[in-house]
Parts: sequence; structure tokens; C-alpha cells
Amino acid sequence: MSRILVVGASAAGLAAVETLRREGYDGTVTLVGDESHAFYDRPPLSKQILASQWEPGKLALRPPADLDALGLDLRLGTAATRLDLAGRTVHLADGTELPYDGLIVATGVRPRRLPGEGAHVLRTLGDALVLRDRLRRGSRLAVVGAGFLGSEAAAVARGLGAEVVLVEPAPVPLAHAVGAEVGRVLTQAHLDHGVDLRTGVAVVEAGAGGVRLADGELIDADEVLVAVGSVPNTDWLQGSGLTVADGLVCDEFSAAAPGVYGAGDVARWHNPLFGVEMRIEHRTNAAEQGMAAARNLLRPEARKPFAPVPYFWSDQYDMKIQAYGYLRGHDEVTVVDGDLTAGRFVAAYRTGDHLAGALAVGMPPKVLMSWRRMVAARAAWSDAVPSTASVVA
Amino acid sequence: MQVEVDESKCIAAGQCVLSAPEVFDQRDEDGIVVLLAERPGAELHDVVREAAGLCPAAAIRLAELVEG
Ligand SMILES: Cc1cc2nc3c(=O)[nH]c(=O)nc-3n(C[C@H](O)[C@H](O)[C@H](O)COP(=O)(O)OP(=O)(O)OC[C@H]3O[C@@H](n4cnc5c(N)ncnc54)[C@H](O)[C@@H]3O)c2cc1C
Ligand code: SF4
Repeated sequence: MSRILVVGASAAGLAAVETLRREGYDGTVTLVGDESHAFYDRPPLSKQILASQWEPGKLALRPPADLDALGLDLRLGTAATRLDLAGRTVHLADGTELPYDGLIVATGVRPRRLPGEGAHVLRTLGDALVLRDRLRRGSRLAVVGAGFLGSEAAAVARGLGAEVVLVEPAPVPLAHAVGAEVGRVLTQAHLDHGVDLRTGVAVVEAGAGGVRLADGELIDADEVLVAVGSVPNTDWLQGSGLTVADGLVCDEFSAAAPGVYGAGDVARWHNPLFGVEMRIEHRTNAAEQGMAAARNLLRPEARKPFAPVPYFWSDQYDMKIQAYGYLRGHDEVTVVDGDLTAGRFVAAYRTGDHLAGALAVGMPPKVLMSWRRMVAARAAWSDAVPSTASVVA
Repeated sequence: MQVEVDESKCIAAGQCVLSAPEVFDQRDEDGIVVLLAERPGAELHDVVREAAGLCPAAAIRLAELVEG
């Protein structure tokens, strides 16, 4: 293999190209990215950047010298527009055609939008800088979507003294992700901090000046942020013959076709640890899957299934939320330490007969490590959770 | 190899400890990374590189030293 092409120059793409070099691959590595800033980190966008605690320079994922040392053929500011799978060639927006022997797709996701013009989204550094410029004491921000992203932005805006209306289409925010009880606890923080939280309301339009609800009501706002989930960047793979279904569909090795791998937010793969297909939009998964894809691409004869325990964190107000495992589709949640109402707890999640994951708020992070180990070992629920623990959902 | 950590970036994910427990630990109270070995031995270099690559906050910086 002498030409490897990585499309998507962010966390997953970086992990992939670094791994290729670390594993001794000395052929050409071409990296294509449509943003002009390469390799910056996104999680601080809705936290320290929005709060003006950090300046953009601090987001660089690696110092320039470390990037230079990778010896990349870097093509930034240009998008991949088409993949010719049989001809092993990727076409770029600037007309370039790049042949490859191995390909890693790491194009991430983009924000889902709502009808209307002029609302903000929060995915890129540019998005974050525009929004932070507009947030000030007394200004009124409407956030559509009380998921982790919208919640973090709402928390920062309150901290800056803005008035915040948080509109959530689901009856209980985050219920699909962490369960109704834990979702209620996490969103109680918004009420405690003076956010006007409206749940179970459908939004039909979000634009400059406000949000229109299904019943016709208009919520006025100086700025509107839409945070209602994301869409995988797979348009450029249309017609290539690869399977796309809410993400690039990959097997347990993270392979989408011979010599073609997917990594990060864009990839949907079969995680053998949980026995299900998943697509994970977490920062740690981007790095882990980028590494795994690079290794499997280089050593097809010694491929390893990609079977991680997903990890996620979020910072809201003074709460630090951390979770290990795959909480979606769980059958039961139990508080195994602390107290839900005190805002300091560990909740364990059961799927079938197994411990599927654990989520902690306000706990020393080390506490979760033993839970992670049990999830990784596919611990039986009855072994992991003593029957005296309180069932909450 | 010289290892540096930026505590202000660390989000206490503990990925470094999972990969290289000989080199990284976390503070009990807030989980912020604690560097146990600034210049880990050559046998640890691979796991330290893995830890730096996995750190979700890019808080670990490695500088290769010319061993002499
Ligand atoms: C504001 C915000 C806060 C977050 N906070 C957290 C958090 O607290 N905890 C957590 O675990 N995760 C968090 N995340 C998620 C985390 O940032 C992502 O999981 C991670 O960035 C995924 O990395 P990736 O490389 O897969 O995709 P991305 O970072 O989306 O990168 C994909 C790159 O590919 C480029 N691209 C797309 N299409 C093309 C094309 N056709 N040609 C060339 N390039 C293309 C994109 O422009 C982008 O630069 C947050 C995300 C955001 C936006
Ligand atoms: S992996 Fe990074 S963020 Fe996590 S504890 Fe270690 S240094 Fe901190």
C-alpha cells in the first residue's frame, strides 16, 4: 500500500493519520478537509469558547511542529465530492482526482436545521465565534433542543447573564439518551438557573428574531440557536456503491468495503461488545475509531474488531456529567451511589441481562472506572448491581 | 521522550490512565491528570503515544528527545 487517503481533517482523521505513521507506514498520506482551520477541537466550542474563557488558539489539537512531523499531503479548504470505488479515486471540489490504495472516511456530521433563516447552529469554530459575539447580559437567546449541546449553550448563556428560553420538542429532555428520570434531574438544573424551559412543544420555524411553535405562538429572541441533532456528511458517497443509512455503514472491523474504513461521527458500525449497530457522536470515539481504522487498514491479516466502551462527558453549570457504555434502548436504570435529587449520583443501566453502562454526576471521575471495567467485561446485571439499589425507571 | 500535560485542558476522561497507568494517574477529587513520569522508559513509549492520541482534550504533549 503506497497511497492512503483520509477524508475529514478533524479528531477522527487526525487519530487515523497519526496512527498510520506510528505504525510505521511511510507511504503517502493525503488528508482532505473542507474547513480551512485544520485539527481543532469541538467540545470546548460550547463551553470555554462560547464563555470567552479560551481564545481559539487553545483549540489546536496539535502544535504545528507535530503536524509537520507527520509529513502529510494536506488538502485543506476543499471538499471531497465523489468517490469512485471501483477506480479507487476520490474527486475533490477543486477538480483534483486523488487515487488511493486505502481510504478512511472521517467526514463527521453537520447540524440538522429547521425551516427559517438566520438561526445559529454550533458545530464549527466560526459558528461559536459568531454566537459568542452576540451573547451579552440582558440579550434574549432561544435555544431549540435541550440535548447535551443545547443544554451546554444554555448554561453558558445564563452564566453570561443572557435571558434563555430552552424549547424542547420531546416531553422529557434527554429521555431517549439517558432515561426519563436522569433526564429530568439534568434539566432541573436549567430551572434552578432561571432558564425558561418549555418541553413537549413542536417548533415549526426558527429564524432571526425568534421561534415559531406548532400552535402558532411566536417566541421572540434576539438570537436563536438550533441544536436538534445532526446529519452525517455522506452526500459525497452517494452513488459510490457504499451503504449509507444514517451514516456510513461499516462492519465490526469498521470497514465499509475492502480497503475502505469509516471512523468518528460519520461511521455506523457493528460493535460486537454490545452486539448492536451504533453511530457514536463522542469525542473519545472519534480518536479510538480513527486509530482502529488505521490499524485495520494497514494490517488486513491481523484485523481486530472495533469493540469500545463508548465514553461521553458534558459540562453544564457546575455539573460534570460522565458516562460509559451504551445507554440507548436500556430496559432499566438504577441509582447505585449517591442520590438523584442531591445532584450527586451514579446510575447504572441495564439492557437485557447485562450492565450496559453507567452515568455519573458530581462524582469523582475515578468512581466510574470500576463501572467501565464491568461494562467492558459484559458483566451480568445481577453481578454488577446489588438488588438493594433503588430502581428509578 | 518528554511528556507534558496541560491541566487546564484536561477534562478528566481518564483515557490516559487506561492506556498507560505507569505514567498517568488522576487526582482523586476532580480526576485531573497527574503525571507520574516525565521521561518514561523506552518500553512505555508506545502506550504513552497511544494515551496522547486517545486523550479527548489534546492535553498530553510528547516531545521526542534525542537520547544520548
Ligand atoms: C459544540 C460541540 C460540543 C461537543 N461536546 C462534546 C462533549 O462534551 N463530549 C463529547 O464526547 N463529545 C462532544 N462533541 C462531539 C465531538 O466533538 C465529536 O464527536 C467529534 O468532533 C467527532 O470527530 P470527527 O472527526 O468524527 O468529526 P468532525 O469533528 O465533524 O470532523 C469532520 C470533518 O470533516 C469535514 N468534512 C465533512 N465533509 C467533508 C467532505 N466532503 N470533504 C472534506 N471534508 C469534509 C468537516 O468539515 C469536518 O472538519 C461536541 C461537538 C460539538 C460540535
Ligand atoms: S486522557 Fe486527557 S483529558 Fe483524560 S484524564 Fe488524561 S489528560 Fe485528562
